[in-house]
Amino acid sequence: MTPTHESLLGVRAVAAQAAPALWATPLQMGELFPRGVTQYAVGGVMVAAGIAVIYLGTAIIPGNSTFLETTLSYVSGQERFQRPRFLRSRDWRVVFAVSIVAGAAVWGLLLDPGAFVTRVQWWRLFFGGILVGIGTRLGKGCTAGHGVCGLGSASHTSIVNVILFVGVAILTAAVVQLAGVSP
Amino acid sequence: MSSSPDRHPLFYPLIVLGGLIQGFGLAYSGMARPEVVVDFLQFDDLGLVLVMGGAAVVSGVVFWAAPRFLDRAPLTGDVYTRRVKSMDRNVVVGGVVFGVGWGISGICPGAAYASLGVGNLPILWAFAGMFLGAYLHGFWRSRNSSAESVSTVADD
Repeated sequence: MTPTHESLLGVRAVAAQAAPALWATPLQMGELFPRGVTQYAVGGVMVAAGIAVIYLGTAIIPGNSTFLETTLSYVSGQERFQRPRFLRSRDWRVVFAVSIVAGAAVWGLLLDPGAFVTRVQWWRLFFGGILVGIGTRLGKGCTAGHGVCGLGSASHTSIVNVILFVGVAILTAAVVQLAGVSP
Repeated sequence: MSSSPDRHPLFYPLIVLGGLIQGFGLAYSGMARPEVVVDFLQFDDLGLVLVMGGAAVVSGVVFWAAPRFLDRAPLTGDVYTRRVKSMDRNVVVGGVVFGVGWGISGICPGAAYASLGVGNLPILWAFAGMFLGAYLHGFWRSRNSSAESVSTVADD
């Protein structure tokens, strides 16, 4: 009886050691995704579904950042903005962008009453926005064009671009955090 | 709309439908909130991996299947292609510049449009910045276009 009792104690001791390690997996999941995972996965599928609907109907691969330049063609005579392919696509790109605004508003009205207002400071949005405008146009695409459409096309160009912009953004966000800027 | 070629009557309705779905998805995913993006970049919440991963899987299936199994797009008559851009130095420099901007602001173009839709008026600062940046880039490219080859074919 005694050996059995001792071995049970041993098992209990081992279990006590092992249990935190076993629990660590769900705990870490919670730490990695403190807001849960469902909305991220469903939202991502919907982002691509919107692109797929347009693509399957028209064979157009609709990125989001070309809109910035094609829309400038309405007000600027710069040669870059007046290129025929920009003039050809500028109308539907406006319709597409306005529809994205409307789609987000539908979500806000249906599922999340009350406007969301960011606490991120205005100068981060403005000066960061300038670099986003330059970088997405120079680099031939954004999170949608390279990140969703380009990766979905297994484009080496897009893979390089995405690795760069995600990596640099992580470094930049770390610098912003170290500088004590929050939010 | 005078500059547009003749479009199929369902062309614009389809663009609207696609935009509504994407805008809803961007808002639902949280990407319309700069805070969620910054939390991802600072490893406090890795949810954005699932957004981009989920989106890339779906687009991967569609961009793989359509050119193989479908003929031509019903509304335009165009053939289906994949999104493959030429590689050059601009892709590298642009990616780095975009990364700095994304890291500072937590905003990319599509997410900014959706952010306006959820009532986030301060995002207009990002709109002003992005249009200014796109203008500066276009101004610079127009000035240098004579010296540059016409190799930049398509940008999204």
